[in-house]
Amino acid sequence: MTEPITLVFTLQDWFTLFVHYLTLSLLSIGGAISTAPDMHRFLVDQQHWLTDAQFNASIAIAQAAPGPNVLFVALLGWNVGLNAGGVPSGLLGVLLALMGILIPSTVLTYAAAQWGHRNRDLRAVRAFKQGMAPIVVALLIATGWILASANGTSLKDWPVWLVTAATALIVWRTRTHLLWLLGAGALLGWYGLI
Amino acid sequence: MNSVPAQDHPQPQSLTDLFVSFTLLALQGFGGVLAVVQRELVEKKRWMTREEFIEDWAVAQIMPGPNVVNLSMMIGARSFGLKGAMAALAGMLTVPLIIVLLLALVYAQFADHPGVAGALRGMGAVAAGLIAATGLKLFGALLKNVLGLRICIAFGVLCFAAIALLRWPLAYVLFGLGSVACVVAYQKLKP
Repeated sequence: MTEPITLVFTLQDWFTLFVHYLTLSLLSIGGAISTAPDMHRFLVDQQHWLTDAQFNASIAIAQAAPGPNVLFVALLGWNVGLNAGGVPSGLLGVLLALMGILIPSTVLTYAAAQWGHRNRDLRAVRAFKQGMAPIVVALLIATGWILASANGTSLKDWPVWLVTAATALIVWRTRTHLLWLLGAGALLGWYGLI
Repeated sequence: MNSVPAQDHPQPQSLTDLFVSFTLLALQGFGGVLAVVQRELVEKKRWMTREEFIEDWAVAQIMPGPNVVNLSMMIGARSFGLKGAMAALAGMLTVPLIIVLLLALVYAQFADHPGVAGALRGMGAVAAGLIAATGLKLFGALLKNVLGLRICIAFGVLCFAAIALLRWPLAYVLFGLGSVACVVAYQKLKP
């Protein structure tokens, strides 16, 4: 178990945190999770603002909770703030980290989407949409593959793969509510069946 | 957006409708919201077609930022412009943020329970299947693609191999393979 961290945060430190997230936002092509290795480098290794355990728990909790996975960034900010004092600074950490990771990317995406919408009859815009479509569809299937293999790739992990494949088939072919499937997965896991 | 020709599918009623819809979507999205967005907005509410969903998702992927956040913003903007984007974004983030903070507060007490780790693993396996199924369902939209089905499958197989098997960085694949595909599509879209 690593020692808990107690920090004294100056205005400068909060500013550094905010600016770091503003930068990461612009680099987060493919989602905020793709910048997680850099967040680890910055928060844990360089600044010593978080312990390894806090970092990993932040990602695990955000994955388990409903909602977009980017909320792990909010939890990282929350834990930095907790280390720097308590609940009020925790909330400040949430605010700065989340605003930082979201503002640059959302402004850019919004502008790009509006531009693309206004110029949707341009040959280049139509070519972009048509050309990207097969890649986007394959990316989704590849993402499922990668998430499944995160649970283990050895032969003894076959039940996990079976659950993933069965889920894919059920969702593809039926209209079963997704929450039933997640509940079933949680139960199977809780009783150690997969 | 009024300028879109012949939009015969339903639209969100109001900003409140957008906010509430996206809050409900986000709350069903354990281990990723994308599958739920596709199921609810394309199949149930029919706010957008499969093709529109793929187009928006392509932009959401290629731009920086969390993909699902980008996607919800673009869907909100389709009907109500900037205000719609903000309403969808707020719906996607507000309540889930509160829940994730509450979870973080109670997590410490249950983190060591073996059942919790197992349940997370089980939900992870299901979430992987949900995403893959979303891809399978959107496959049908490629039938109308200007590239033709065979070229689509070729690009799809290359993309899957690069990402899932070779584990190349997403940015390389998106920009590398993506630009080739766009150039081919540009050639095929003779004016």
